[in-house]
Amino acid sequence: MSNTNAVNTTIYKYHPDQDGFYGPFGGAYIPEMLHANVAELQEVYLSIIQEPGFKQEFDELLRDYVGRPSPLYLAKKLSAKYNANIYLKREDLNHTGAHKINNTIGQILLAKRLKKKRIIAETGAGQHGVATATVCALMGLECFVYMGAVDIERQAPNVARMKMLGATVIPAVSGSKTLKDATNEAIRDWINNAENTHYIIGSAIGPHPYPDMVTRFQSVISEEIKWQLQQKTGKDHPDYLVACVGGGSNAAGAFYHYLHDDRVQLILAEAAGLGIDSGESAATSILGTEGIIHGCMTLLMQTDDGQIVEPYSLSAGLDYPGIGPMHAHLITSKRAKVHAATDDEAMQAVIELSKEEGIIPALETAHALAILDRLDLSKEDNVVVCLSGRGDKDLNTFITYLEERNGK
Amino acid sequence: MGNNSIREKISAANGRALNVYFTAGYPTIKSIAELIRSLEDAGADLIELGMPYSDPLADGITIQNSSKIALENGLNLKILFEHIAEARKTTSIPIIMMGYFNQLLQFGVEDFLKLAANNGVAGMIIPDLPMNIYERDYKSLFEKYDLSISFLISPMTSDERIKQADRLSSGFIYVVSQSSITGKKGEISEAQKSYFDRIESMNLKSPRLIGFGIHDRKSFDTACTYSDGAIVGSAFIRALANSEDISKTTHSFIQTIK
Repeated sequence: MSNTNAVNTTIYKYHPDQDGFYGPFGGAYIPEMLHANVAELQEVYLSIIQEPGFKQEFDELLRDYVGRPSPLYLAKKLSAKYNANIYLKREDLNHTGAHKINNTIGQILLAKRLKKKRIIAETGAGQHGVATATVCALMGLECFVYMGAVDIERQAPNVARMKMLGATVIPAVSGSKTLKDATNEAIRDWINNAENTHYIIGSAIGPHPYPDMVTRFQSVISEEIKWQLQQKTGKDHPDYLVACVGGGSNAAGAFYHYLHDDRVQLILAEAAGLGIDSGESAATSILGTEGIIHGCMTLLMQTDDGQIVEPYSLSAGLDYPGIGPMHAHLITSKRAKVHAATDDEAMQAVIELSKEEGIIPALETAHALAILDRLDLSKEDNVVVCLSGRGDKDLNTFITYLEERNGK
Repeated sequence: MGNNSIREKISAANGRALNVYFTAGYPTIKSIAELIRSLEDAGADLIELGMPYSDPLADGITIQNSSKIALENGLNLKILFEHIAEARKTTSIPIIMMGYFNQLLQFGVEDFLKLAANNGVAGMIIPDLPMNIYERDYKSLFEKYDLSISFLISPMTSDERIKQADRLSSGFIYVVSQSSITGKKGEISEAQKSYFDRIESMNLKSPRLIGFGIHDRKSFDTACTYSDGAIVGSAFIRALANSEDISKTTHSFIQTIK
């Protein structure tokens, strides 16, 4: 085999084929009522987002509205502790406080080009809901956000934000009343309003082309890491790239430009909840098997009868029973490695980053920090952790946790 | 080419075939066989037997709730097949199982189809199984076990896909009456009627049953003027909710429709 061929094979290995399959995962397993919408997206998404006018508008908004590029910060105390150079990719400094806005900016521009008047979204922690409500306010589109009733309770500040931004927050009261159920409700809304509505999925999940579309909009993260690392270290790649994963959007964005760069070890941090074997966990790839959730083939937590199992994590953004199909493929083909952090380990990581570096991370993000001690690091290693969001929204959870712990 | 019993039954109904959906295991597991018998006795032409699912994306609140209760009652596919077998001893009405593709995948598609066929099931409706994947990976298995499949079309389905559904459906074409999930009430609109007209004028080979939002005699009659019959689901589930006598409820419900 010639060199050129070898390179070509490598380049496309972790990208989806034309039907949206990453190896065995992905595709579009949707009811016929959604077919026209999904097919339209499949047909036009690449040409729209590659159009120069679109790119220019997207880049400008990311720069002037979101505040990109987000800094890449060398965390000195963490570096000393873990005996490596730990860089934090500061997505928490984006407007609205997380990486989620990268994708919603892209999708709202797409929705406008598709002439959709109404936007729906699902949200777990509320970050994607806030990011969607924000771009809808910016563009003057009607916005409805589905959110699990349980999450509405534990993420009250984000609910208030969405309302201030003019969005209608609709509680999902089916199932476990969390992210999975909010996604079901959003899909049902889309079926009922297929003609005028665009569904902004926040994670790298859903029927093709969503996983790829979300990944591409989030890939600004790895694009920046590349030149920022080059400036700081003289090398354009880290040795380890670490991100938390629920559905997987921040991980997908942080990995994108390194998917086919074998010098980089890709590390995913899942939420173990109360422990992998506790029955109260959201460690999807570890506990999951192949199946269909929200329109794509992936790894998900389910019974032998194919009933989807309710996951558990203290963090509202990670308690999702599936994982993006790209991640399922990265994991099963051993390109990415998975570690799981429990609620307690994540909380310790929140406390540590707050005290040591003066940064309060989102509880989701903290799972990525919590697994750093599992990596076999050496002093020369450059590690980039995607600091996907800030912890303001989790203050209630933190306060309750600390009170309970101190009360013990 | 698939099981003929469904098409024979539709054809015998002279344009007024009534297919009644219920969620297996609702209101109780014991009621499965009783419901099948009662529906046959009361004059339903076909039964669409819903396999309760944790995440029924295309279904409205009525079928979601009945599915939840059925699962809480402990229904699983193995038990379901036992109850179908029980009902089959005294009934012959064609049974079409409706479920989401993940249920078949986890069970093993071939194992599932084999059991379905062995227990006298006539066909399947799987709303989230794409037609092209069916054709590529599963069509031969359906044929091997003599099970029909019925694909859905909606007002937004292109003519090209309607023809594909016509070619691939060995049961009937499930004409989703409106762009919505199941369980909507209200009258059939002019826009819906022109959609039904459009489908009718395509001269499709497969029989057509209209479903979603068919809930009373008026909507059933209207649907029948544009098709070979109709499917009633959520309205029947609502009737069962307060039922003290399954057989009586079923008989009086069918009388209000047909």
